[in-house]
Amino acid sequence: MAEIRNFTMNFGPQHPSAHGVLRLVLEMDGETIERADPHIGLLHRGTEKLAETKPYNQSIGYMDRLDYVSMMCNEHGYVMAIEKLLGVQVPERAQYIRVMFDEITRILNHCLWLGAHALDIGAMTVFLYCFREREDLMDIYEAVSGARLHATYYRPGGVYRDLPGRMPQYKASKWHNEREVKKKNADRQGSMLDFLWEFTERFPGHVDEYETLLTDNRIWKQRTVNIGVVSPERALQLGFTGAMLRGSGVEWDLRKKQPYEVYDKLDFDIPVGVNGDCYDRYLVRVEEMRQSNKIIRQCVEWLRNNPGPVMVKEHKVTPPHREEMKGDMESLIHHFLLFTEGYHVPPGEAYAAVEHPKGEFGCYIVSDGANKPYRLKVRAPGFAHIASLDEMVRGHMLADVVSILGTQDIVFGEVDR
Amino acid sequence: MANMEQALIKRLNDDFADAVESVTQGVGNEVTAVVRADAIKALCIELRDREAYSFEQLMDLCAVDYLEYGGEKCDPSKRYAVVYHLLSVKHNQRLRVKAYVSEDNPAIDSVMDVWRCADWFEREAYDLYGVLFYGHPDLRRLLTDYGFIGHPFRKDFPISGHVEMRYDPEKKRVVYEPVSIEPRVLVPRKYREDNRYIAEGDNNG
Repeated sequence: MAEIRNFTMNFGPQHPSAHGVLRLVLEMDGETIERADPHIGLLHRGTEKLAETKPYNQSIGYMDRLDYVSMMCNEHGYVMAIEKLLGVQVPERAQYIRVMFDEITRILNHCLWLGAHALDIGAMTVFLYCFREREDLMDIYEAVSGARLHATYYRPGGVYRDLPGRMPQYKASKWHNEREVKKKNADRQGSMLDFLWEFTERFPGHVDEYETLLTDNRIWKQRTVNIGVVSPERALQLGFTGAMLRGSGVEWDLRKKQPYEVYDKLDFDIPVGVNGDCYDRYLVRVEEMRQSNKIIRQCVEWLRNNPGPVMVKEHKVTPPHREEMKGDMESLIHHFLLFTEGYHVPPGEAYAAVEHPKGEFGCYIVSDGANKPYRLKVRAPGFAHIASLDEMVRGHMLADVVSILGTQDIVFGEVDR
Repeated sequence: MANMEQALIKRLNDDFADAVESVTQGVGNEVTAVVRADAIKALCIELRDREAYSFEQLMDLCAVDYLEYGGEKCDPSKRYAVVYHLLSVKHNQRLRVKAYVSEDNPAIDSVMDVWRCADWFEREAYDLYGVLFYGHPDLRRLLTDYGFIGHPFRKDFPISGHVEMRYDPEKKRVVYEPVSIEPRVLVPRKYREDNRYIAEGDNNG
């Protein structure tokens, strides 16, 4: 009699739908997955150890590079932990700006997730549509921080600078003539907030477009309905957070349950799923985009009417104004010390968590009173999600692994750290 | 809010007097319970299952190396701490549980049977700090390279590591060599007592 053995297969680390560098060792019985063993760490950069060797502010840039599709939310978790230790209260305008950018980031993240997830399953068009909207939002990132992705915009004590009154303009070139450029610049004539307002006016229509392409699409449903079902109890056991938890029907969102910044003053709803399968998680995330849009609109209206400081005037932590520095000795010393040595954080430990697009992003900082963290631990939502991959894919077909990886919204920057 | 934390502290002290060494409230009303390492698993089961606690979720598990905390050598019996961040969805409450383990025998019971997600968190803590978890079924390295030697997040492990890796075209394989880069410190670690400005200022949150 012929000997029948399970087949072991390597998925990745160079597979396009492995979402980065994931090596997945699959033990297969024909087309069915018996066991999955994800090997992570191929993108491990030791962010936490590096942060221990640098003054607090110099690590903000590393946070962008953790989950590199939701940059500002990572920064938010980190600066919130520092603020907690320092006991700094952020000005209200900065809080609104942060909330606004957190929600912009959520749309950015969900757009990329939706595009990539659909592309993995075989729907090409959604990817192009989603990237069209991402472009506008990245322009807003650029207008406010100078960088399209790695913004380093949040600081302990506020945000680095106030919102610009003007959007960057396209210039005519060999490839784009005056008329074309004028058309492109049409909605960039006002301030950044005007541009964003215009975006929020048309974005719900764009979400409708995505839904037209997917929600009732037969192929999409065949690939996602009843795939990767997780019960609410199991989701809690596995440490799920964010859309993964809400997709299973657990109503848990830090923005509502443990509100930080000004989320308690804003009006929005939390969508929850029923079945806990890939399709429900898709619906939850699509609805989250609509809710984020609603939050952004409330923030824009508030920010238009309420000018004010965006950084605390506590020059032991935040740099003094450039002009003051030129004329005032005290400010010059503050500036010098802040940029050479950094600030000192009182001994203690703090854990600050934000509702990141992927789930709960937490930073645990242990300080021993020095100008550098003693220990920084980043609690990345994707880490717990991919740890459960084995359980989620067992008994499914090989093609479903791609659906489940997609639904988990894995980004290796944060899983490997 | 503050009352909830006070109640939690009182309950922890009453219910687990023999396991808990101290319960404190830190910045931002965070409750930290320092517990005996040998009691961790029994305590975690209670914390999960008792109605009054209901910590259904283990948010985070990590190790901390206290070797040079505050610029001084630490007590070898308390070199590593394993830190658990728990969340109760039911009561909307968080708790930090901390257990110290010694330098000679950095080992503690695994809580994988209590919370399934502890699996990878424990593998990570073992990989980066060399803390062992009794009862863990598959304590392999997680983040570092295959065949990596040492535990890189320990404070006595240099930031530049010990070996560097390159592809050798003659041997036609990847070779490991001692590191050629010298670690340098751009901003030295400093301890200063200038926090009084924040503590007294009106920005005190």
